[in-house]
Amino acid sequence: MSNPVRGDGERDGGVGSSDPGRTAGRAEDAAPGEVLLKVTGLRKHFPIRKGLLQRRAGAVRAVDGVDFEVRSGETLGVVGESGCGKSTMGRLITRLLEPTAGTIEFEGEDITRLGVRGMRPLRRDVQMIFQDPYSSLNPRHTTGTIIGAPFRLQGVEPEGGIKKEVQRLLSVVGLSPEHYNRYPNEFSGGQRQRIGIARALALRPKLVVADEPVSALDVSIQAQVVNLMDDLQRELGLTYVIIAHDLSVVRHVSDRIAVMYLGRIVELADRELLYRAPMHPYTKALMSAVPIPDPRRRKDRSERVRLEGDVPSPIAPPSGCRFHTRCWKATTVCTTAEPPLEELRPGQQVACHHPENAVDRAPRDSGVAGTAQVVPTRR
Amino acid sequence: MTIPDTSTAVSERPAGASTAPRPFLDVRDLRVHFPTDDGLVKSVDGLSFQLEKGRTLGIVGESGSGKSVTSLGIMGLHTTGQYGRRKARISGEIWLDGTELLSAGPEHVRGLRGRRMAMIFQDPLSALHPYYTIGRQIVEAYRIHHDVDRKTARKRAVEMLDRVGIPQPDKRVDAYPHEFSGGMRQRAMIAMSLVNNPELLIADEPTTALDVTVQAQILDLVLDLQKEFGSAVIVITHDLGVVAELADDILVMYAGRCVERGPAERVFHEPRHPYTWGLLGSMPRLDREQRDRLVPVDGSPPSLINLPSGCAFNPRCPYADVPKDDVTRTIRPEPTEVGDRHWAACHLTREQRERIWTEEIAPRL
Repeated sequence: MSNPVRGDGERDGGVGSSDPGRTAGRAEDAAPGEVLLKVTGLRKHFPIRKGLLQRRAGAVRAVDGVDFEVRSGETLGVVGESGCGKSTMGRLITRLLEPTAGTIEFEGEDITRLGVRGMRPLRRDVQMIFQDPYSSLNPRHTTGTIIGAPFRLQGVEPEGGIKKEVQRLLSVVGLSPEHYNRYPNEFSGGQRQRIGIARALALRPKLVVADEPVSALDVSIQAQVVNLMDDLQRELGLTYVIIAHDLSVVRHVSDRIAVMYLGRIVELADRELLYRAPMHPYTKALMSAVPIPDPRRRKDRSERVRLEGDVPSPIAPPSGCRFHTRCWKATTVCTTAEPPLEELRPGQQVACHHPENAVDRAPRDSGVAGTAQVVPTRR
Repeated sequence: MTIPDTSTAVSERPAGASTAPRPFLDVRDLRVHFPTDDGLVKSVDGLSFQLEKGRTLGIVGESGSGKSVTSLGIMGLHTTGQYGRRKARISGEIWLDGTELLSAGPEHVRGLRGRRMAMIFQDPLSALHPYYTIGRQIVEAYRIHHDVDRKTARKRAVEMLDRVGIPQPDKRVDAYPHEFSGGMRQRAMIAMSLVNNPELLIADEPTTALDVTVQAQILDLVLDLQKEFGSAVIVITHDLGVVAELADDILVMYAGRCVERGPAERVFHEPRHPYTWGLLGSMPRLDREQRDRLVPVDGSPPSLINLPSGCAFNPRCPYADVPKDDVTRTIRPEPTEVGDRHWAACHLTREQRERIWTEEIAPRL
């Protein structure tokens, strides 16, 4: 199928004149499978200020040392519960937030310290889809203005003019070109999310970071948007980082999945490995907490893992392994030493002293530290 | 503060009604319409269902399908008075243990609400009062219906907090809602709604605002409590996983109407309405092999002001043209029995639906 968004030769032609630096970079697109984005030791601490002098009283360690790579053409899913830092992470890699420490490399170039001006050419390549289709669209702008904004901001004149290009984008995302002059309030949630997607795709980015792209939508609409994102990825060779709390959606869309807990990645693995044989106890607990939409299987779930309590505060995360306060396998070593994220099986990185489905890494350690337990269902 | 017994003043079961005992909760042809500047919004338009004590009914549907409006209608929480700005027009019958609620008058319903029927709301942060301690709010709920002193009521509140799994309940009873985490707040709200041992408990999206590990805790709690108290429970949710875990029976709503109702097992394994098929096909699930593509329902839910004529689902239904003479666009289908205690409102014949389900839909799921 011919590529619906990419106009003929527009990228290397008319655009280059407005910013010469870009054309060179554009020429060497990362081949599929090559590392597009590399994140090392990324941290974001939000200071908490108190008192008259706004003294620094501590920090919310939203993202506290994560390393990962995103390869060209793949979808990396990021899951975790609220407060685990997944959204902050998404905003860091799109440079909407300033990292406290660590580096972000995009196509081999360190973009961590680029200023607003330095980032501008990169904004074409890295785009974001937001969770809430109601607050992410300006209610006083028409669809045409909203989707056309990236062209105006970047000084790009698409072939045939902005209006024509916007109308084409509208039809690409399944809306009618006649919607050009309508306002966001005239659309339903699902249609608004399509407008957000059209805006993100307008400049043909390489990397799209989608933060909970479907969680505000109804089930039947959710599936439409998931399929649309899937089709667009195939047709445009997009790379996605999809952040979501819904494990079933993440499994459906991702090639690899990172599980986050309190600002750290606890497991990063290929989709099938992660869902067939999760190694981190938290991953296992997270998956067994998902309700199964099948009444017949109520009885089967006798080996359900139930975590006790809530996620601890990211202001003062637990010592050692951050999960040890809720983990049923925790021993003394877990309270003191933070396990590194290591590849225990090809394609599966885990940060745990006592992984599931693998050889124990601290076998002689004893003393139960956790409170959680495996409880049989009471039915 | 006792509630005067007004039950004698309220119409009992009408003479001439069938002699079979009426179910504990019997909703008949419930309609809730809201007049607006743009027209009449028919949020619920002819809904009937029954529920016995000790059983759980799951009401599923997308936003705007009328799930919450139904629950507020049962609880008597719609503004029908003259002064309400957006007063609801409610008709039909709601029988709770032999008493018809819609004609009973607000005073009578107030005596039932909180005592015989209670509700758990979606967002505990906005349902709990931020200015009063958790304990005070539970004590208030208890003392409205029971003539006891504060001390006894407080003891009862601590007991309830303990029952719903709040650690150190004797201390936490004096905490304010903002000092609780989301899961704890939801537990506190459950404690408040159960303090009077209600016979009917309505949970409107009880876990939607919660994380998945906390959701699992709350679902377990609701199941345990139901066993213990033997109440009738209505769980309203958009999450098919949640109803599959909790419900004995399932009612699928679309555009203010019931499109399918039946035992949970049948609705999941032998659904007989194209909309239910659509919901099942839209949903990625962890318990199955990875599917290549989801099968969404095309289009979007209709406007409740201008419902499509005939079957409200016809513009989105892939099988709308199968029945002859355009009946799907002219005649509104009534729920017909398609199995034991299983109804669906669709113009397709039973045989057509059985064939489409087994040959086309089920293999794709």
